[in-house]
Amino acid sequence: MKANAISKSSRLLVHVLLILGAVIMVTPFLWMLSTSFKSFAASMKVPPEWIPSDWHFENYSLVLEKINFSRYYLNTIIVTVGRTVGQLVLCSMAAYGFACLRFPGKNIIFVAILSVLMVPSQVVMIPSFVIMRELDWLDTFYVLIVPGIFSAFGTFLLRQFFMTLPRDLEEAAKIDGAGYFRIFWQVYLPLSKSALVSLAIFTVLYSWNDLLWPLIMTSSEEMRVLSIGIASFQGQHATDYPLLMAGAVMATVPVILLFIFLQRYFIEGIALSGIKG
Amino acid sequence: MNDAVTLAGNNGQAKMPRKRKVSKMAIHEAIWGYAFIAPVVLGLVIFYTLPSVASFVLSFTKWDGLSSPSFIGLENFSALLQDEKYMRAMLNTMLYTFGTVPLSVALATILAVFLNQPIKGMVVYRTLYFIPVITMPIAVGMVWKWLYNSEFGLINYILGTLNLPQPNWLFDEKFALFSIVLVAVWSSVGYNAVILLSGLQGISSSYYEAASLDGAGTLYKFFRITLPLLTPSLFFVLVTSLIGAFQAFDLIFIMMGKQESLLDSTRTVVYSIWENGFKYFDMGYASAQALVLFLVILVITVLQMYFQKKWVHYQ
Repeated sequence: MKANAISKSSRLLVHVLLILGAVIMVTPFLWMLSTSFKSFAASMKVPPEWIPSDWHFENYSLVLEKINFSRYYLNTIIVTVGRTVGQLVLCSMAAYGFACLRFPGKNIIFVAILSVLMVPSQVVMIPSFVIMRELDWLDTFYVLIVPGIFSAFGTFLLRQFFMTLPRDLEEAAKIDGAGYFRIFWQVYLPLSKSALVSLAIFTVLYSWNDLLWPLIMTSSEEMRVLSIGIASFQGQHATDYPLLMAGAVMATVPVILLFIFLQRYFIEGIALSGIKG
Repeated sequence: MNDAVTLAGNNGQAKMPRKRKVSKMAIHEAIWGYAFIAPVVLGLVIFYTLPSVASFVLSFTKWDGLSSPSFIGLENFSALLQDEKYMRAMLNTMLYTFGTVPLSVALATILAVFLNQPIKGMVVYRTLYFIPVITMPIAVGMVWKWLYNSEFGLINYILGTLNLPQPNWLFDEKFALFSIVLVAVWSSVGYNAVILLSGLQGISSSYYEAASLDGAGTLYKFFRITLPLLTPSLFFVLVTSLIGAFQAFDLIFIMMGKQESLLDSTRTVVYSIWENGFKYFDMGYASAQALVLFLVILVITVLQMYFQKKWVHYQ
């Protein structure tokens, strides 16, 4: 690093450029926040107001009245938690099997799982719709949760992590008479907290923001998740931007907070999937 | 203790030659192995592999999703070639992909190099650049639609104060796709930068030290050391970004979905698959479109794998 250190003036230049870029990254969010507190008329003022001259906090309660926002919220939370817990349990089990146990056909099966990653989800979409219809799962929580708990990516990510753990621990546990499940549960899982949190964040983000799958698989108002709820809200109030922005703020804030608190794990997870990929 | 562990490890590994007794252990281990992987493998087969195969078969049929599908051979594919709407969607997808990915990766490289400097506030910068990545695309699309608004939008207001032309962004077919590309770049730079940053952190400082001794300047070091040693990460970012960009849907859905007349200049292949499958219930045709998309992605990925020899340097 030392040899790569830079002079004071170029350090200043780097800061200026980084701040400039950060302004471009952040302005849309500030604008969203600012608009969400304006009256409809104030939102169309030219020149625009950065800080609203009078604050309309009621925009948020209006959104809650106009659409069944709390229901969409609840649905999204149920789906997100269901998928995340399911993935953590099933993917970590499979990852342990692939990383630590020996059985015939292991490598072929693992390559087959990786090949799932190559097929774009749109290819699977149409037959999935029919399968879900035959199972009578359309427009239920099953369709939103169950297919989402089987993840080739999650299995791959955790398997890569388990491979980096020293095998001695396992052998020591074996001498103590521990079975495979106990080794998995009491040795491997506690050592893998950071990788598990990384996978959890990926899954939470993916299911919280997912659009196409719930768009196709659900139809009733009470099964809507946030992304669909907001999209249809936009359809009804195409130009009432203060209300739309209030909805957008409410839909995005939980994920942004989650990221800010857990970003270390997130960055680690990306590095883990990136380098080994 | 250590010795005991190593011994046990060796015994475990030396299973193969001795037969009876150990093979019972091996069977035991194999049963547990299958048990551990069974749920995920079964789930992936049911929800991914079987539908993939079904999709392949369906693409040779005409099917409304209800009656029984009728086999029509390659008709869907020959229809695709004459379908101007689809060809346009393929062109749009290519323009979107080759507009978004190079721009995003180039900016992300610069950003990663900056973030790799020993400067204060690195975590704050990283957080700010990353927030667009994690934000719900639907919300992102809505905010940008508002920013792009030709009369009351912030962007045209700023352009106006600078006496620059104020295009009708999303409602002008010359600008619509470009506007969406800008949003896609904005929301993907942070992700690519984080991957590239972890690549940069893996470059040994001894290279830079040696170059400094030879009196090399900053730019020389960037082009002769940083860039070549970053190529494995760049390769990974390019491959995954291209795959992702070919599947663009959310932004177009939220920003253009209600404007049928403007969709022609922004419709992507995935949008077309969704329309054909779930608006017109032409599921065989939609499956054929999905298969073509898969093949295009596959060819581009294989080409990248092939050409990586020419430019990717592994340390």
